[in-house]
Amino acid sequence: MSVVLVDAGGTNIGSVRYALQRLGVDAALTADAERIRGADKVILPGVGAAAPGMARLRELELVDVIRSLTQPVLGVCLGMQLLCEHSEESDTPCLGVIPAPVRRFEETPELCVPHMGWNQLSPVSQHPLLKNLEEGDWAYFVHSYGVPLGDYTLVSSDYGGAFSAVIASGNFHGMQFHPERSARVGAKLLKNFLEL
Amino acid sequence: MLSRRIIPCLDVRDGKVVKGVRFRDHVVMGEIVDLALRYRDEGADELVFYDITASPEGRSVDRGWVERVARVIDIPFCVAGGIRSVTDAREVLYAGADKVSINSPALERPELIDELAEAFGVQCVVVGVDSMRDVDGEWRVRQYTGDPSKTRSLARRTIDWMVEAQRRGAGEIVLNCMDTDGVRQGYDLVQLAAARAVCTVPLIASGGAGVAEHFRDAFTRARVDGALAASVFHSGAIAIPDLKRYLRQEGIVIRLQEAVGHE
Repeated sequence: MSVVLVDAGGTNIGSVRYALQRLGVDAALTADAERIRGADKVILPGVGAAAPGMARLRELELVDVIRSLTQPVLGVCLGMQLLCEHSEESDTPCLGVIPAPVRRFEETPELCVPHMGWNQLSPVSQHPLLKNLEEGDWAYFVHSYGVPLGDYTLVSSDYGGAFSAVIASGNFHGMQFHPERSARVGAKLLKNFLEL
Repeated sequence: MLSRRIIPCLDVRDGKVVKGVRFRDHVVMGEIVDLALRYRDEGADELVFYDITASPEGRSVDRGWVERVARVIDIPFCVAGGIRSVTDAREVLYAGADKVSINSPALERPELIDELAEAFGVQCVVVGVDSMRDVDGEWRVRQYTGDPSKTRSLARRTIDWMVEAQRRGAGEIVLNCMDTDGVRQGYDLVQLAAARAVCTVPLIASGGAGVAEHFRDAFTRARVDGALAASVFHSGAIAIPDLKRYLRQEGIVIRLQEAVGHE
């Protein structure tokens, strides 16, 4: 099986790659359209802000490449948000392959932003990506923007209200948390993605 | 619900984990990767590596260990110490660290916080604040605390600096209360509560943990997001699984590893 990591400049690319290595998969890091199109699985990692993230994909001429993929695709953290329609972060149009908006968390005296730390997962629908995932499993989140609940939500979490922790539409999937930093729960979900 | 975080801090010098009391008299505690794995297995929520290796003249510190840790560790970790520029931070983040923590260099040149937040996003930028109570009762920041002979008192009030750091793009603040550090008499709850009142980003308590009740008090009375400690974990005085079970019994939201024992 060939797995590629799209090199869109996120600082977590190394960590995601190591997490895949721990599962026995050596993923190539690439920005080459042909290699991405030819891979069995495509992962779009990402840490940072939406606007530079999209700018980088445009610069690499990967916007239409990613949109037209038919194999399983996984976006992680910012990578997930880039798969959505639009982000409130700098009012950025995104790839639009998952029909979801990305909104900023409102900070309150009780609610720090960024949402940083371990939070619990609640599966809300059936999906092979969620195999062996249990209510209350913990995952590590770091983000200031999030996706509200919708038809695309597979797993929710709660931070001053429910939001989407895992989303999917067709062959496109997204995890808002960092599976590469979510201990055994993260490894389990990455393994599920590799087995899709 | 978001879990409160238990964060062991490993002081690193020349590729080994060391620990001193009141920042002095460092002794070797063990190998970095071994200790990192041990804490991961015990249920640490995150690790902080504080690199106190002195920078050789005009050269950057060897951080090959960051990549070695990133390859084996599947929980988040932060690297502190000696990060003075976007270039330094990029090297550490691309090697696999999730966050960088800056302290004295940010006091020298506060714009560094803005630059790091712009380059990597606020979620990668932790500002460490070393603070002491002065005779007039004000908490003020200290600089260069890694070397007691160079430590300087600044006129800057701790609270003012925390407000400025957040405005510039700090995504998290670690407040190290030096009056209580290394003596295991408890976190400085008064100062942490004052810090909490001005802190809209996650706040991590550091300095003074001795027994499990100290962690509970930091979470319930100062409402910190995480509690950092070193010597009590390294010495085995507090075992993380026991600590986490205790905190959960006390009604604090805590991640327990047992919840995932079904592989």
